[in-house]
Amino acid sequence: MMIDLGKYAVPVLSAYGASIAILTLLIWQSLSRSAKVKRDLQEYERKQRSDG
Amino acid sequence: MIALLIRDLRLAVRAGGGFGLGLAFFLIVCVLVPFSVGPQSQLLSTIAPGILWLGALLACLLSLDRIFALDYEDGSLDLLATAPLPMEGVVSIKALTHWLTTGLPLVVAAPVLGVLLSLPNDGFYWLFVSLLLGTPALSVIGTFGSALTVGLKRGGLLLSLLVLPLYVPTLIFGSELARRGAMGMDTQTPLLMLSGITFATIALLPFASSAVIRINLR
Amino acid sequence: MSERRSLWEYANPRKFMGLSGAVLPWIAIAGGVLLAVGLIWGFFFTPDDYRQGATVKIIYLHVPSALMAINAWFMMLVASLIWLIRRHHVSALAARAAAPVGVAMTIIALVTGAIWGQPMWGTWWVWDPRLTSFLILFLFYLGYIALWSAVENDDTAADLTSVLCIVGSVFAMLSRYAVNFWNQGLHQGASLSLDKEENVADIFYHPLLVSIGGFVLIFVALVLLRTRTEIRARQLRAYMARERMQ
Repeated sequence: MMIDLGKYAVPVLSAYGASIAILTLLIWQSLSRSAKVKRDLQEYERKQRSDG
Repeated sequence: MIALLIRDLRLAVRAGGGFGLGLAFFLIVCVLVPFSVGPQSQLLSTIAPGILWLGALLACLLSLDRIFALDYEDGSLDLLATAPLPMEGVVSIKALTHWLTTGLPLVVAAPVLGVLLSLPNDGFYWLFVSLLLGTPALSVIGTFGSALTVGLKRGGLLLSLLVLPLYVPTLIFGSELARRGAMGMDTQTPLLMLSGITFATIALLPFASSAVIRINLR
Repeated sequence: MSERRSLWEYANPRKFMGLSGAVLPWIAIAGGVLLAVGLIWGFFFTPDDYRQGATVKIIYLHVPSALMAINAWFMMLVASLIWLIRRHHVSALAARAAAPVGVAMTIIALVTGAIWGQPMWGTWWVWDPRLTSFLILFLFYLGYIALWSAVENDDTAADLTSVLCIVGSVFAMLSRYAVNFWNQGLHQGASLSLDKEENVADIFYHPLLVSIGGFVLIFVALVLLRTRTEIRARQLRAYMARERMQ
């Protein structure tokens, strides 16, 4: 399945690996911060309704 | 406007105004360089124009937060904003003060420090010219950065992060001019570019700086 | 103002949240699919370049990320101008949201660029004009993000960062020219060749286009997602401030 990258296997694979890792990290951080803020906001609005 | 200039100059040179700190830093950096790269004069004379430019640039950077800080803290900046003087004039005077008290002394000191770093003989003139042309740009750009961070406590590090990338073109053309001059090569392109940058920043950046000051004074 | 439907309606936070929420999953999926197709196609189904061997495959990451690194900053510039002129909060928050995405793109461009150049130059970094320009862009991004974090008042932060973005854009372009001048005399032809301006053969070009498409859509999806987060965060801060005053 893996094609022959010849002597360039290390550079090519590390370039792909690093890029995918950075993208994954970015997407994961964006999603988890979004979820956290959404949760906090809903929490706040719930408290407002029950106190107000 | 002249009154503001004289007042700021007087404030800068009295004790506690920080005058001379930039020069001292410049000296220290130039003394430290041979310790870090070794004392061979051939190496030193190759890197001397660049090191002197970098040292002058960093010394300028050190005094940037003073440009607006004192006036901001004691409310004088608010007064200046309401005075009949346009804010663009105020920030220009501030930049000029910074140049007269920090930049210009560095320009004068640089050839002397060049001796320490084995600057080639042809290099002294061009080092002086490049710094003379370039340091005003450093002051004007630095004034912009200082305006951005004026409201922040301990904004010094952020100020450096904001200003240093803006300094890159000036540094490139300035030290290239000094380097080419030292080697006797053609200096026309960096000379024109450096002058262009300096005059353009002097003419245009004050508008951005004054907008920023007004934002921060709200 | 007329009641004609215009793009400016989406400057209203509620309308923006509505539209972005509906559209986001689709854009994200499309982006993921395009990126996967582009990378798999490019990685497994294209030949090696006769000069550069298999390292040419890095192009499917390097070119799109470099394009996005620059376009992200450009989008931030436009959003900053819209904020300064029309005072639409969504615009200011979109600029803030885009910056970390731009940083990530810049880092990918730098890393892939350095790795791509390594077999050619024998070292992990050279001060190639193009790479150096991206390094400077990286510093501009850092400063922009740091300024947002440093200023407490939301509107002041939006104003200051917008001015910084505009001034920074001018200096970034100036730096590009300066850096080309700075390195051109030393290493002729040392810059990474084989980018889109050169006559890239179709066989490389098509997967590259797909990959670029994937990166663009992923960028849009991430900016929409992060802008939604910023809008919610701002709402939360407003609630907390109101509570403190009661």
